[in-house]
Amino acid sequence: MSKKKKFLLSAVSLLILAALVVVVGEFTPESGSQWSNLRTVLQLGAVYALIAVSMNLCNGFTGLFSLGQAGFMTLGAYTYAIFTIPVSQRASVYYLYGVADWLSNVQLPLTVALLLGGLMAALVAAIVGAPVLRLKSDYLAIATLGLAEVIRIVVASSPLNRITNGSMGLTAIPGYSSYYGIFIVVAVCIALVALLINSSYGRAFKAIRDDEIAAEAMGINLPRHKQMSFIISSFFAGIGGALMAMYMGAISSTTFTISVTYFILLIVVIGGMGSITGSIISAFLVIAAREWWLRPLDQVQYIGTFKVPLLKTGFRMVVFSVILMIVVLFFRNGIMGDKEFNWDRIFNAFRGKKKKAAVSGGDSK
Amino acid sequence: MSDVMLKIEDLRINYGGIEAVKGISFDVPQGKIVTLIGANGAGKSSTLRSIAGIVKPSGGKIRLNGEDITGKAPNYIVSKGITLVPEGRRIFPDLTVAENLRVGAYLRKDDLTQDMERVYTLFPRLKEREWQAGGTLSGGEQQMLAVARALMSRPKLIMMDEPSLGLAPLVVRGIFDIIKTINAEGTTVLLIEQNANMALKIADWGFVLETGRITKQGTGAELLNDASVKEAYLGT
Repeated sequence: MSKKKKFLLSAVSLLILAALVVVVGEFTPESGSQWSNLRTVLQLGAVYALIAVSMNLCNGFTGLFSLGQAGFMTLGAYTYAIFTIPVSQRASVYYLYGVADWLSNVQLPLTVALLLGGLMAALVAAIVGAPVLRLKSDYLAIATLGLAEVIRIVVASSPLNRITNGSMGLTAIPGYSSYYGIFIVVAVCIALVALLINSSYGRAFKAIRDDEIAAEAMGINLPRHKQMSFIISSFFAGIGGALMAMYMGAISSTTFTISVTYFILLIVVIGGMGSITGSIISAFLVIAAREWWLRPLDQVQYIGTFKVPLLKTGFRMVVFSVILMIVVLFFRNGIMGDKEFNWDRIFNAFRGKKKKAAVSGGDSK
Repeated sequence: MSDVMLKIEDLRINYGGIEAVKGISFDVPQGKIVTLIGANGAGKSSTLRSIAGIVKPSGGKIRLNGEDITGKAPNYIVSKGITLVPEGRRIFPDLTVAENLRVGAYLRKDDLTQDMERVYTLFPRLKEREWQAGGTLSGGEQQMLAVARALMSRPKLIMMDEPSLGLAPLVVRGIFDIIKTINAEGTTVLLIEQNANMALKIADWGFVLETGRITKQGTGAELLNDASVKEAYLGT
């Protein structure tokens, strides 16, 4: 297929996706109907897509098995929340401990606070990265897991009560007034990561993942590049955390537990380690399944007068887990493996099927 | 001998108390092919790795054109013009052939098209496989890719760690032809081999390494005809 044709196809499908977002944004009610679930799925899916892509940059493209995502999200979310809660509502949010004096009159524009959230996560990643990135595979995973837990506990600790509101958490977190704000931020961030992956730095990351010694022999400075990947990944995880805070409107230290990291890891693995498009597709699918398609399983249902057994609150997660197991069994490398979405592959898959069908038809005669 | 490019003086390498290389000294003259031969564990690979900066030597000096490069970082050494083709090829399996080559030129910021042309003329097979993942190539093609990747950094000295390892005799001959071509185009070659026969045939100068020490040296032809070398490494 010619390049022009592919470009057109990609442009058209992106437009259709954008149109879908707009249609949902314009024509579905905010809440209360089946279709409002679609709003949730799209927004939450977009946020998770960004966080999954950020995790993929570190884990899938550079081969650093880091499990610190929840910690960096906490940093991003809290930084964003602390600087954006409207001054007029500060008193009611910090009713128990009061708000720190230097903070009481600071209120930053949303996008500035968003960036600050990312930078805060990147800063901590930079400080922690140097010692932690010397570790390999499982040890790195354990160290980053510990780091995330330390961040979570420090944020909720009493010396920070007047800044983070301790274990009470923060509420009244403002978001973009437009429904599209989150989508724009996510699209820009993912585009930046995609550009990075396709640059010579991206190639160096993949080279490190494939073979550290060979990469070193080619003159790639291992500590520097690992550090770079870790910091950039944390930056976008921070922004993702901030978007999450924006979406939920209230956060506490228990919002970003280890299980959040696992959930994102799950999205990344299902999408394919080392595929940006895989992470995006998988984020939307997983969120849609969890938040929408499987919802009916949580309610008691009747077929005629027959009460369907097992259906009650929580059952959806059981089914969800089983589906995940099946997916992982049949797609060993995730939906996309380490390949990106590609029109040729789609068309070839169809053609291949036709050819196979033709061949087997011929054999049976 | 002509100008000395790389000068190794009393190089020692320790792995946690075990001395793998016990004070060896040798010179690599500009524009020549020099080979180190020896059995497994003689310290050949360790020597190359320490020159490339991947392993830090515990003693001795490595000088490149008079500059002391002992213990410098690998990226510095590559930028100075020494590139290692690691043992066992070690190409990047999930990167395409073209990407592998581009990573080879990672430290260069200038235009690569000319160099890509050059390695594709040296290895027409790689041109055909340009968009294939490195891991899907055959062993011989992977070795070609490893050599081509190293050439992309425009090295003054290319070091090869057992390029014939695990390859069919015909393919090995092809690889050695390429080594001669590369050398004829002006790149100095430091080669380690267990396949002493092939290596000594193309080498201008050879060293025999035994348990961390140099026990013999001479021109390739001299060593080929040396009775003890014949017995130990050529199997005749």
